[in-house]
Amino acid sequence: MAAQIFSAIFVIVVGVGGCVAYFWGANKLVDIIFPSRGVAGAAAIDNLRRQGMIRPWLFVGPAMIILTIYLIYPVVETLRLSFLDRGGANFVGFANYEWALGDREFRTSILNNIIWLAVVPAACTFLGLIIAVLTDKIWWGTIAKSLIFLPLAISFVGASVIWKFIYEYRGAGQTQIGLLNAIIQYFGGQPQVWISLPFWNNFFLMIILIWIQTGFAMVILSSALRGIPEETLEAAVIDGANPFQIFWKIMVPQIWGTIAVVWTTITILVLKVFDIVLTMTNGQWNSQVLANLMFDWMFRGGGDFGRGATIAIIIMIAVIPIMVWNIRQANKETGGH
Amino acid sequence: MAVATGKSFASRFGVHIAVFIFVAIWTIPTLGILVSSLRDKDQIIASGWWNSFASSTQTEAGRLPPASAQVEKDGKFVLEGNIFGDDAARDISAFGVKSAAPTQYPAGTTADLGDGETLQLNADGSFVMTSTKAFEGERGQRVYYASSAPPKFTTDNYDTVLFSEGIGRSFMNSLTVTIPATVIPILIAAFAAYALAWMRFPGRALLIAVIIGLLVVPLQMSLIPLLKLYNGVGSFFGVPSKTYLGIWLAHTGFGLPFAIYLLRSYIAGLPREIMESARIDGASDFEIFVKIVLPLSFPVLASFAIFQFLWVWNDLLVAMVFLGTEGDQIVLTAKLNALLGSRGGDWEILTTSAFITIVVPLIVFFSLQRYFVRGLLAGSVKGG
Repeated sequence: MAAQIFSAIFVIVVGVGGCVAYFWGANKLVDIIFPSRGVAGAAAIDNLRRQGMIRPWLFVGPAMIILTIYLIYPVVETLRLSFLDRGGANFVGFANYEWALGDREFRTSILNNIIWLAVVPAACTFLGLIIAVLTDKIWWGTIAKSLIFLPLAISFVGASVIWKFIYEYRGAGQTQIGLLNAIIQYFGGQPQVWISLPFWNNFFLMIILIWIQTGFAMVILSSALRGIPEETLEAAVIDGANPFQIFWKIMVPQIWGTIAVVWTTITILVLKVFDIVLTMTNGQWNSQVLANLMFDWMFRGGGDFGRGATIAIIIMIAVIPIMVWNIRQANKETGGH
Repeated sequence: MAVATGKSFASRFGVHIAVFIFVAIWTIPTLGILVSSLRDKDQIIASGWWNSFASSTQTEAGRLPPASAQVEKDGKFVLEGNIFGDDAARDISAFGVKSAAPTQYPAGTTADLGDGETLQLNADGSFVMTSTKAFEGERGQRVYYASSAPPKFTTDNYDTVLFSEGIGRSFMNSLTVTIPATVIPILIAAFAAYALAWMRFPGRALLIAVIIGLLVVPLQMSLIPLLKLYNGVGSFFGVPSKTYLGIWLAHTGFGLPFAIYLLRSYIAGLPREIMESARIDGASDFEIFVKIVLPLSFPVLASFAIFQFLWVWNDLLVAMVFLGTEGDQIVLTAKLNALLGSRGGDWEILTTSAFITIVVPLIVFFSLQRYFVRGLLAGSVKGG
């Protein structure tokens, strides 16, 4: 273990030192090759111009190389692999996509993903908005927000253990150590094995993600609500609007853009949801989702890269509209800059 | 907010109650594993954690002494003693001799077991068993009893998981993965962000658009090609394909788009006058970056560092694909996932391990929440 700590520290020093050495060294090199000081006027201007052409690429170079290897090349390669067989040797056309459409487990995953997409972003945004509005009105609102925000720091696996403990089942009549079944039993109901109840188990898994992500929605929406001009709200009060009208007709339209951002951010997260399903059910009892199914195919029976890649492409297709929208928004904002 | 003024006491009270309920729902689950991780492992399964401050009732089984301990008294064969041995700290409420009816007889009563045998078990654990015939056999009578034990809190669970379940080792592995994977992208992203914000070069707008596009590319797209690439590199150079270096670079790659996006929007917002006056004074871009931009960007660098730290520490997927699952490489999240499979019902192990995995993020989060929130706002409100 001491060796491991030592090697980790060594790597940090080497890695950071290497980065600094690269940027500093490359910069120095440009200065030496194209000197701008101590040479005649015209040559100096020429060299300055050359420096200006090269230097930006030195700065963005490492980032571009890493992005290309880790994100751009894989996107192309995954697309290619989705048309190849399991080992990636033979071209199979759309066979993997045909397989996906006919596969029962894949269809379950798509269906479940659609339910996740319909429920989780809406629930998080709605709850986040309500909590943001309510906590704004009380003196201990900041503390309350901190506590609701806290699950955002917890890993999906940790959160799964936390909730699995809540859903824990013991036979009827026994002492329940899971909070949910204890409450049900206290009120005279039948304890249930929540995570294996077909269909409904999806919702018990979704609750975990909602529990984690509501804090995110709350913080963003809370700051957007603060941005609503005080006069607008005062005018509404003077005009006799009740709190519900103020909420729905004044506040919500004013922060519509932020709501959209929160919604899309959580949507992307939902498309990638993997850890929760893996740790809670591993896709059993009809709770499979695309990301977990893909992981499964990556390693199932030695791995089927063709099918795995196909599932990844399908997740990607769902993300593309959001991607295009983001780029358009950004272009609009940066405009002339 | 102005809306709240002039409201009746009842409606303000309602707001307090509503927020309190939300806070309760959001904190109780975490509280549950914290409390459970500190409880005695027998008590965790005997009563819900919300009852952990009350005495817990648990049903246990014990065995009376074998036939060799019997004495003959008044024509009857008698076995006497205390079922707890020496430590008689608990209080028996009921007992039985069949597993189907472990609490058939209240403590202190004499149960007729048939065949002329009787058994009396008292609250303090003392028992008298009599029979008209001599007891036989090596093994004594099996007895079930419900006893209540006082609440017992202990740190034994932490000792167990840290040192014998391998969580301690995984904790170190997680740190080994997380710290370099947080530091490396910051430098690379900061230089790129500066160039994209303040240097003029062809293709800059396209690069920015590509980075914004890459922000949302699902990780899943990268897994298979990178797995193949790593395996290929590993077998070509005859080195293992699952290494710490591999996962540091992978996390760097996956974190870079957000890092560049976040840092660029901050650095682009720095006042132009500062840069220009420095340039007039003869400072090069490198000097401007190191001496002016980096120090001014501290808040946003801190925001990103927290994000990346939490993301890497909490990651399961990348670790499962690019890192081994053996003791010297398995990270906390993967270890916890493995424990869920192998120690499914052992809640003392699971709750304690879970708490250890979340304690570092919680500390980071609470101590640096200001920067975290700032990064969150900068990262999403502007369109990401």
